[in-house]
Amino acid sequence: MPDKRIRVLIAKPGLDGHDRGAKVIARALRDAGMEVIYTGLRQTPEMIASAAVQEDVDVIGLSILSGAHNTICPQLMNLLKEKGMDDVTVLVGGIIPGADIPVLKQAGIAEIFLPGTSTQDIVDFIHKKHAA
Amino acid sequence: MTVPEKPNTATLAPAPPKNSERQAEFTTISGHAIRRLYTAADLQGWDPAAQLAQPGEPPYTRGIHATMHRGRLWTMRQFAGFGAAEDTNQRFRYLLSHGQTGLSTAFDLPTLMGYDSDHPLSEGEVGKCGVAISSLADMEVLFNQIPLANVTTSMTINSPAAVIWAMYLVVAEKQGADWKKISGTLQNDILKEYIAQKEYIYPPEPSMRLVIDTFEFAVKQTPKFNPISISGYHIREAGSTAIQELAFTLRDGMEYIEWAMRRGMNVDEFGPQLSFFFNAHSDFFEEIAKYRAARRIWHKAMTERYGSTNARTWALRFHTQTAGCSLTAQQPYNNVVRTALQALSAVLGGTQSLHTNSLDEAWALPTEFAATIALRTQQIIAHETGVANTVDALGGSYFVEALTNEVEAGAWDYIRKIDAMGGMVAAIDRSYPQREIAEASYRYQMELDKKQKIMVGVNDFVSEEKTLDILQIDDTVAHRQAARLKKLRSERSQEEVNRTLSALRKATKSTENLMPAIYAAVKAYATLGEICDAMRDTFGTYEEVAIT
Repeated sequence: MPDKRIRVLIAKPGLDGHDRGAKVIARALRDAGMEVIYTGLRQTPEMIASAAVQEDVDVIGLSILSGAHNTICPQLMNLLKEKGMDDVTVLVGGIIPGADIPVLKQAGIAEIFLPGTSTQDIVDFIHKKHAA
Repeated sequence: MTVPEKPNTATLAPAPPKNSERQAEFTTISGHAIRRLYTAADLQGWDPAAQLAQPGEPPYTRGIHATMHRGRLWTMRQFAGFGAAEDTNQRFRYLLSHGQTGLSTAFDLPTLMGYDSDHPLSEGEVGKCGVAISSLADMEVLFNQIPLANVTTSMTINSPAAVIWAMYLVVAEKQGADWKKISGTLQNDILKEYIAQKEYIYPPEPSMRLVIDTFEFAVKQTPKFNPISISGYHIREAGSTAIQELAFTLRDGMEYIEWAMRRGMNVDEFGPQLSFFFNAHSDFFEEIAKYRAARRIWHKAMTERYGSTNARTWALRFHTQTAGCSLTAQQPYNNVVRTALQALSAVLGGTQSLHTNSLDEAWALPTEFAATIALRTQQIIAHETGVANTVDALGGSYFVEALTNEVEAGAWDYIRKIDAMGGMVAAIDRSYPQREIAEASYRYQMELDKKQKIMVGVNDFVSEEKTLDILQIDDTVAHRQAARLKKLRSERSQEEVNRTLSALRKATKSTENLMPAIYAAVKAYATLGEICDAMRDTFGTYEEVAIT
């Protein structure tokens, strides 16, 4: 019986178009055997939550470099809760000041990956969280 | 003293055995192979009289002026912007008082995307990545106590560039500055938005129309203003190689020229007002070779492809910014060193203008402290190192000339490929440059992950981190802006706003130049969002096909 592949949604919330990181991660996770859906740019929290439900994902990876994380993350977490997607692992990658990290984790973000993180570290984290 | 004999390349010592070098092969950060030693053999058939010539003379390899930085130092132009207009106005005046010689404006994401600060999509983003400008009123505050007649300003704005430029021109007019004399640069390079930065609003065709409209306007009304800064910086930040950065930028430039010529403009009408913007990345000599190759390629393209007869069209003028993507969150003080070395390469490469990044920019927008060190970096290079005392110090180096030739050849390959696709708009349509960039950025990440390329403090030489004090953007900015917009809408003549927006909508449906209609709407205090929406009504919006 085939193993169920981990399904990951990589999303770019907000107005920012800097997608280098999001695209590199999407490809790295794909190469690591995960099923990856990339939302593209300019996603609202509503669009991301809907996509997560539609695609029935295990993980959501948000790429945020714009400083809008304190607005976007709580909004998304609330929407996921409303839609009963409580057990989705939500990860954030990008530019997040140290002082904001505990607040994001309190809101339910599983982990924050800062600049310089290796793709292997992210793959390992997801595998650990979703071990068969 | 006798002139040393030219080396007999047949008697050069053979390469030492492979295992005596640190690596099996050495490549630049872009993956370009670098040899152990460069000699005259690497320049066989190379004619210095034609390929190198003199600075200030075709093909401009050594620089676009005879005196270069001996005549005039590059403009020290630090990119700045955050919060509301008064916050950035304060930072502008701080930087000017500390010796910077030109202004450079960073706008926030809502402004970049043509949304007012109180638009629903602006939530959480107001003033975070740059200054929030929603109307002429904000622009007036931005340049409070800054005489536009006496300072040159660069504005990093693309899709709404024509609107922001109109605001700037009205401020200048109200200050009594002469449009024929004011100088500055509008980034206004929409092609690289589709390729890399992704701050597009409208589809390519109407966007190109807007750009050519600004060319026409600039030629007639603001002869000293650069209506465009054709950019490679963002392409490189997105992960391209140096050769791709060079090729895509110059081919973008050629695309703008061809669209303008199709409208009936002569290349020499607007050619002298085109400007460029490159990245200064970490591989020192590759960057220098890139700048030198850029000038040579541009001269060749202007004369051979477009029949330009004006030397001011041939001479490629550029601004440089040190590579943001090279800055590390880890051990941030190391970034001062990175920026200094990158800045040095830009100076040795003959840049006309330079921005140096701050040490804390992998964490946040720069603090005053960090921004001051960045500016001082340029001043130390200019006044203490002696590199500005001679022109093209590295000219004649076997390595630098060979690398310049190789980078040039690599760029021409890409340019020809894009020509064969039908040009840059066609290439973008089939996602060609986007795919090349995605491949290059993935390749580099894999090299980092495998430690084939080292980033100090990140994948090697790791040490314990201390927290850094970073800039906090005041969360009241959004509220302040909302209050201002409410006040603006109640105080202006709504009738005049409606009339000018209606006239703009009408103009978008014809082929007339849009600048006058935009200028009229701006003067009536129509907001950025209202003006951009009027254009959205006719032009529609662009959605990219995402490539991963």
